[in-house]
Parts: sequence; C-alpha cells; structure tokens
Amino acid sequence: MTATTTASPKGRRRDGPRRPGLGGASRRRSAGPLFVAPFMVLFLLLFLAPLGYAAYLSLFQERLIGGTAFVGLDNYTQALTDPQFLHGVGRVALFFVIQVPLMLLLALLFALALDSGLLRLARVIRLGIFVPYAVPSVVASLMWGYLYGPDFGPFAQIAQKLSLPVPDFLSEGWMLGSLANIVTWEFVGYNMIILYAALRTIPTELYEAAAMDGAGAWRIAWSIKLPALRPALLLTLLFSVIGSFQLFNEPKLLMNIAPDVITSSYTANLYAYTLAFTGQQVNYAATVSFLLGLVIVIASYAVLLTANRRRTP
Amino acid sequence: MTTLTPPAAVAPAAERTAGKFRKRHRPSARRRSTPLTIAMLAALAYFLLPLLWLLIASTKSTQDLFNSFGLWFSHAPQLLTNIKETFTQDDGVFVRWLLNTVMYAGVSAVGAALLAAAGGYGFSKFRFRGDRAAFNLVLGAVMVPTTALAIPTYLLFAKAGLVNTPWAIILPSLVNPFGLYLMRVYAEDAVPDSLLEAARIDGAGEARIFFRIVLRLLSPGLVTVLLFTLVATWNNYFLPLIMLNDPDLYPVTVGLSSWAAQAQNGGAGASSDMFALVVTGSLISIVPLVVAFLMLQRYWQSGLASGGVKQ
Repeated sequence: MTATTTASPKGRRRDGPRRPGLGGASRRRSAGPLFVAPFMVLFLLLFLAPLGYAAYLSLFQERLIGGTAFVGLDNYTQALTDPQFLHGVGRVALFFVIQVPLMLLLALLFALALDSGLLRLARVIRLGIFVPYAVPSVVASLMWGYLYGPDFGPFAQIAQKLSLPVPDFLSEGWMLGSLANIVTWEFVGYNMIILYAALRTIPTELYEAAAMDGAGAWRIAWSIKLPALRPALLLTLLFSVIGSFQLFNEPKLLMNIAPDVITSSYTANLYAYTLAFTGQQVNYAATVSFLLGLVIVIASYAVLLTANRRRTP
Repeated sequence: MTTLTPPAAVAPAAERTAGKFRKRHRPSARRRSTPLTIAMLAALAYFLLPLLWLLIASTKSTQDLFNSFGLWFSHAPQLLTNIKETFTQDDGVFVRWLLNTVMYAGVSAVGAALLAAAGGYGFSKFRFRGDRAAFNLVLGAVMVPTTALAIPTYLLFAKAGLVNTPWAIILPSLVNPFGLYLMRVYAEDAVPDSLLEAARIDGAGEARIFFRIVLRLLSPGLVTVLLFTLVATWNNYFLPLIMLNDPDLYPVTVGLSSWAAQAQNGGAGASSDMFALVVTGSLISIVPLVVAFLMLQRYWQSGLASGGVKQ
C-alpha cells in the first residue's frame, strides 16, 4: 500500500463507482493512522510495555549477595511448584466453576422473564437488579461483610432472636460461598442487561412464525431465543473468566474482618500483591502476575474454542 | 482473535443503533403473569435489601449499629449528624476523596471515550498498512486482565517518577481496548460513507470532519464508553491502592477501605465510632453513580447491546 495525497484538495479525484463496504477507502489512507495513533501510542506504553517489563523482570532474581541476577525460567519453575500460588489459582478456579454458571443462569432467567412481556413492573425490576453494578466492589464488600458479621449483621440478629445457631458466613467453610454471593450480587444485573439487550434484537416475526407452527413459550425460548443469545452469552462468559481469575477486591476487604480465614495468598492476585508490596519480592511478583495473566488468556481461549467448535459441529 | 469479530457478521445488523431496538413492536395483548411477577419481586428484594440496610444503617450511631436490629431504624436516627461527621473527620479528608474520585473518573472517562472514538473511527472507515494487525492486537488485549498489568505498571511508573501522582490513576484508565472495539463496531453503522464523501467533496479536512460530524454521529456510543469508563475508574480499587500512599490523593474507595481497617482495628467494637462513618461514607459514595445510571439508562442499555450482539 502506498500513501496517497488526501491532504491536498487537488489530489482528490472522483474516480469510478465506489465499492460498497470499503467506502472509497483507497483514497484516504493517510488520515487513518492519525486517528488511530493516540490510542495505539498509549496502548503500547501502558499495555504492552508493562507486559514486556513483567516478562523481563520475571527472568531475574534479587539475591542477597551479588544483587540482581539473571536466572532464566527459575522463577517460573518456582511458581509452578509453589503451593501458595497453586492453591490461590485452584481456589479461584473452584470459584469460577461454581459462581459463574450460577450467576449466568440467574442472569439468563431474569433476562428471559423480562423479555417475555409477562411481567408487571418490568422497568422497576430491571433497574433494581442492575443497580448493584453501580456500587463499587469496595462498598459492596464492606456492606456484605457487615451483613455477614456476627456483631451487627441482621442474619446473626435474627438467629439470636429465634435462639438458632448463628450462621458463621465468615468461617473457612463458608467464605468462598460468601465471596461468591457478593460477586453474584454485583454482576447478575450487568450480565442480565447484556442478555436482555440481545434478546430485544430478535425480530418478532420469528416468534409469530414459530407460534403459527404451534410452538409454545418454552419451545420458543429454547429453539429461538437461546441460539440467538449465543454471542452475548459468550461475551458474558469471557468477562466472567477474566473477572473471576483476578479476584482481589472482595477478599482483600473481607480480610479485615476475617484475617484468619483469608490469608495473604487466598487468591492468586492477592498473592501477587502481597509479594510485591509486603514481601518486596518484585521479580517473583512479576512472575506470578504474568503466569496469572497467562492462565486467564488460556482459559479465555478455551472458552472461545469450545464455543466455536459447538457452533460448527 | 478473529473469533470475536468476523467482520462479515458485523455488517448486517446495521439498523440497530442506539435505542432503536426499543421501537420493535411487541404483541402487547398478552396476559401478565402474577406468579412470575412475584418471583421476580423476590429476586429484586435480594438485590435491594443490602442497599436498604445501608440506608438504615447510615442513620445510626456506631453504638446503635450494634444494639438495634439491622433492618429497622433505631430509636434515635441521626443521618445528618453522621453525614456531618463523615465530612469533618480527619479535617474533611472525605470531601477530598470524593473530589479526587470525581476528577480521576471524569478525566479518565472523557479521555478514554475520545481516544476510543478516534481509534474506532480510524479502524472502521480507513484502510492502511497494518490496520488489521493493530486492531487484532487491541482485541487480544481485551482478554489481558488489568490486574496482571497493575504490578508491572506500578514498577514502570516508579521508575518514571509517576507513582503517588494523579497520573498514575488517570493514564492507565485512558486505554480501554473494549471501548475501542465498541466504537469501531458502532462507527461502522452510525457513520455513513456517503456523508464522509460529501463532506470531503465540500473540501472539509479530516480533522474537521471528525470533530464536526463524526463525533456527533457517534455520540450515543461515546456516552456509553464514557459511562462505563467512569464507573470502572470510580470503582477502581486495586490500581489506586498500589499507586498511591498519600491519603490526600486517595479516591473514595481506597479511603473508605482505610477507614474500615481503622474501625476494625480500633479495638473493642462499639467504643470506636468509625463504623458509623464507614457506613455513611459508603452510602454517600454510591449515590452519584446510582443517580447517573438511573438518569442515563437509555445509553447504557443500547451500549451494552452493541457489545453483546455484534459478533
């Protein structure tokens, strides 16, 4: 491709019929890079450079004697056998496997209910379910933390009034579920809106045709709505992969009230944070961040590949 | 990465732009279902009860938080006192946190939206060397978790002397790969090629065309990216937590969490009055965003639609 002279008005010719889609693009190549440049420059500086820097740092080790030394992949072999890192990843993987399907199923049910046209107060319900998305995860975690708590949490208060055993939502056995509840509370509405918006784009003629053929509401939902929701479901699933594996805010906040249950390596991300900012192990923290990023990219690709394989059997 | 946007599949849904999908005619004669409505109202209660608790708890002193039932008001409501105390604690640092948050979120959102709009428009309406590779690179970055970037970004910024300055929060928030993707998809539909041709024939320069015509056509998509970056930056916790150590620079999220830690460590529960401040501060900090979302709902809905449908 060569640069053209879009800049000078005389260089602009009116040549031939425009090809649809390309929109006469051949005549204005030079302006494109200029529009894209500001984003791309910052992208390189703030996205790729840190990634590259993390990769670089992960190849070194801070030694007591001799300063920083190149150690090749030693940090990686260390991380891959580090029980704290592996437990952190395992815990978020478990979280992902349980919380995400539950959350997406709820979001899907809510979206289908809203789209069915059978609801009264649909607008109020839609907005109300979405509202938690506007609540910062810090506030959500603080709030739920207090709600769970044994001191002034209403669950504990009700249990005490009824002389029932007080549920200990902040104990070891409950904690992952309690975290899952917070994340679900925050994001069901967000996912619901994505799915609902996708449902609204299905042409109603399809429903009418299906109804003429004798399909009931369930059949329409299963055979028309669900297949049409595939891309939207895939998007919500991808976002959930990315979100779950980097779980940080909620456990970090609940750590205050349950320090014995949530250790500094409770999730992989919390571990990387601890290494970098309490342990001063910068190189190892970079390794852990980088590996965690890799885990997420691999998980995302796995989701995409599975989805694509099913699309074309 | 092509799996996310086969370009051929992107084009056909051209008629669906902001808000248009609402106009779709629905057979409204169907009967409403009471059982379904009741089930959904029960679900709604789950989402609103914690917020109701927060509202009620904000009217209580720390002592009453411990001594009265969580889901009902205490005998001595004192919302105004709590608000006043929240705003005056530590020489009014909470007001600073709010202002910081507004500033970080506002600048990031406007900047990110403009960058994404220019980039998305560039990718959708121009062909140039390497455009596909560059776009795919950005698209791939959608999958890279921000927190995997945060620690290396911190280390880079520490070298550049940017740590503990507002830039440390604003700069990383300006790059929004998903926003660029949305704007490209949006520009594809909302900016007609013929209009661009006409403007060029009239002798308008590319910059003028972008600022005078394209930005206006893109405004619904622009507002969406703006709104979502605003929320992301407003709610951001990890980045400011690692980047800032001067409480005067904190956004409200980091400030509140530091107060919460103080309240928790402040010794024998009810003797510390920090709990009431944390709760009231939490309430105050969510009001602006909730109001913004309720007022701008037609934008965020159509915006989410563009992301979820066109693939």
